[in-house]
Amino acid sequence: MTAASSLPPLDVARAPEGGEIGAVQSGWRLALREFTTNRLAVTGAGILLFFLLFSFVGPVLYHGNYLTSELVSTNLGPGAGHPLGTSNQGYDELALLMKGGQAALEVGFFSAAIAIGIGALYGAISGLVGGIVDALLMRVVDVFLSIPFLFIVLIVAVRFGASVLSLSLLIGGFSWLVPARLVRGEVLALRVRDFVAAARVAGAGQTRLIARHLLPNAIGVVIVNVTFQVADAILAIAALGFLGFGLQWPNQDWGDLLSNGVSYLQDGYWWQVYPVGACIVLVVMACNLVGDAARDSLDVRLRRR
Amino acid sequence: MIGYIVRRIGTSIVVLVGVSVFIFALLHAIYPSPAIDVLGARANTALIVAWNKQNGFDDPWLVQYLRYMGHLLGGNLGYSYKLNQSVTALFGEVWARSAWLSGASLVLSLVIAIPLGVYQAVRRNTFGDYVVTGLAFGVYAMPVFFLGLILIQVFALSLHWFSFEGSQSTSLLSIIADPRAMTLPIVTLTLLTVASFSRYIRSSAMDVLAQDYIKVVRAKGLPERLVLVRHLLRNACLPIVTLVGLSIPALLAGNLITETLFNYKGLGLLFYTALQNVDYNVLLAYTLIGALLTVIGNLVADIALTVADPRIRLA
Repeated sequence: MTAASSLPPLDVARAPEGGEIGAVQSGWRLALREFTTNRLAVTGAGILLFFLLFSFVGPVLYHGNYLTSELVSTNLGPGAGHPLGTSNQGYDELALLMKGGQAALEVGFFSAAIAIGIGALYGAISGLVGGIVDALLMRVVDVFLSIPFLFIVLIVAVRFGASVLSLSLLIGGFSWLVPARLVRGEVLALRVRDFVAAARVAGAGQTRLIARHLLPNAIGVVIVNVTFQVADAILAIAALGFLGFGLQWPNQDWGDLLSNGVSYLQDGYWWQVYPVGACIVLVVMACNLVGDAARDSLDVRLRRR
Repeated sequence: MIGYIVRRIGTSIVVLVGVSVFIFALLHAIYPSPAIDVLGARANTALIVAWNKQNGFDDPWLVQYLRYMGHLLGGNLGYSYKLNQSVTALFGEVWARSAWLSGASLVLSLVIAIPLGVYQAVRRNTFGDYVVTGLAFGVYAMPVFFLGLILIQVFALSLHWFSFEGSQSTSLLSIIADPRAMTLPIVTLTLLTVASFSRYIRSSAMDVLAQDYIKVVRAKGLPERLVLVRHLLRNACLPIVTLVGLSIPALLAGNLITETLFNYKGLGLLFYTALQNVDYNVLLAYTLIGALLTVIGNLVADIALTVADPRIRLA
């Protein structure tokens, strides 16, 4: 039932003798192996890979119309020439899905990179310096965490218009708080360890300590967090698009497509609603699966370290 | 204990001041003055300057902040130049509707999530557990509006059981008495919350199940039902206190989207219309209230947890 009882019995003949140093596998390789044996994780990674190809390679192979409205072919059901039907403007739904996928993935990964970048640095400095600076920096995090994220993002997006870049900056700029806390926690635990003391004795400055010794060791929690950040960002941009404050034409995002389709729900134009909904759910679910598995495999790495 | 609570309230006030300064400064930087909205797009510069001076919009922002906060403490949330009403009156009209929607779905989701999580922990790694976990995972990855859409399609458009719109009545009593209109909005928010709560309760109940005292009460022959109700539930529910306290931002966001989707005139829909009209004072006031609720939620969760769990004595 517990982890201990499921371990294989100790093979005395093959166990290393005291003092013997076997070929120790690196923690990262262990983590990777644990990850790849997790079927759900591989499925999640596969789904993500599929959507990357679908959104970025797809448009090269499939040329659908998503730019000029064709009033003769509005609201067509799936059929020849339009595998997923057309929208109320006569755009090809499959081409729109690819276009929307680009926006979702770009904003997702870009804003996660921004959030992780700011958060890791902020957390590392806060944890390493400690004392009153740490207390102050963490109160700032408390303040930002109390701001209703969606409200502020909406207000700023409405005023300045939404593009992939501005949305990424905006979402990233308000989601570095959790990574900052995680990294600070790791750094607090790491900075009292011997190797940090050794580096300090060898003359390493604060910058070198952070860049060379602390961040690389705290990176595990950050990697796990990236996946959840991507999922949250994709949900956020979908919500923005649905409320009508998302990317501006000719850019399209999935939330935008959904809100267009909603008006025709009563007419039974299911192809305008369910494929795009399924895309959002699948991508977000895939990110969560990868994140959960990454956390589990990281636990393995930490256990054997 | 008292010392901890006092200190915790102290930090909350500091955080509140910080949040309000940040939100006010940000919105002030985005929308310096509502003069154009009041005077019209063709007002000349001299008129705008004069209006700004008359209404105090040319003061330094810190002065404006202090004045605004002074009014706020007196219950005056400013004036909506778009709707020509005080924001306090606007919020007063609709807040009960939002409270009913959010409150009912929060209570309902606890009533569902707690037994569900315990069931999953007791029957872990069985077929039932996998089904529930899979469903929760799917709903968890779903945007609120897509979940609501599916419910509308199935239960309103296909089956005609419920209305696709929230209640339009202005009296809270008739809203409560109108399940045909209110079931879908409440269920949408509930499902969303259940999906995230049940995961936490499952893992918390599993931790408790592995404790020695559960083995002891089982060994002395207590019926399983009593083991669960009397011994497991109380300890497994501790994280709920924190969960509910921390879920307020998510609830507010869900509320905004659900009210928009179901055209239910509460605070969320008011905020949405204010976004479209750029109704500055409504945006500012609701964002500040959201921040206030979040801080209070965190504070109450922390204090409630120390009261409920004597093992937690934070220094």
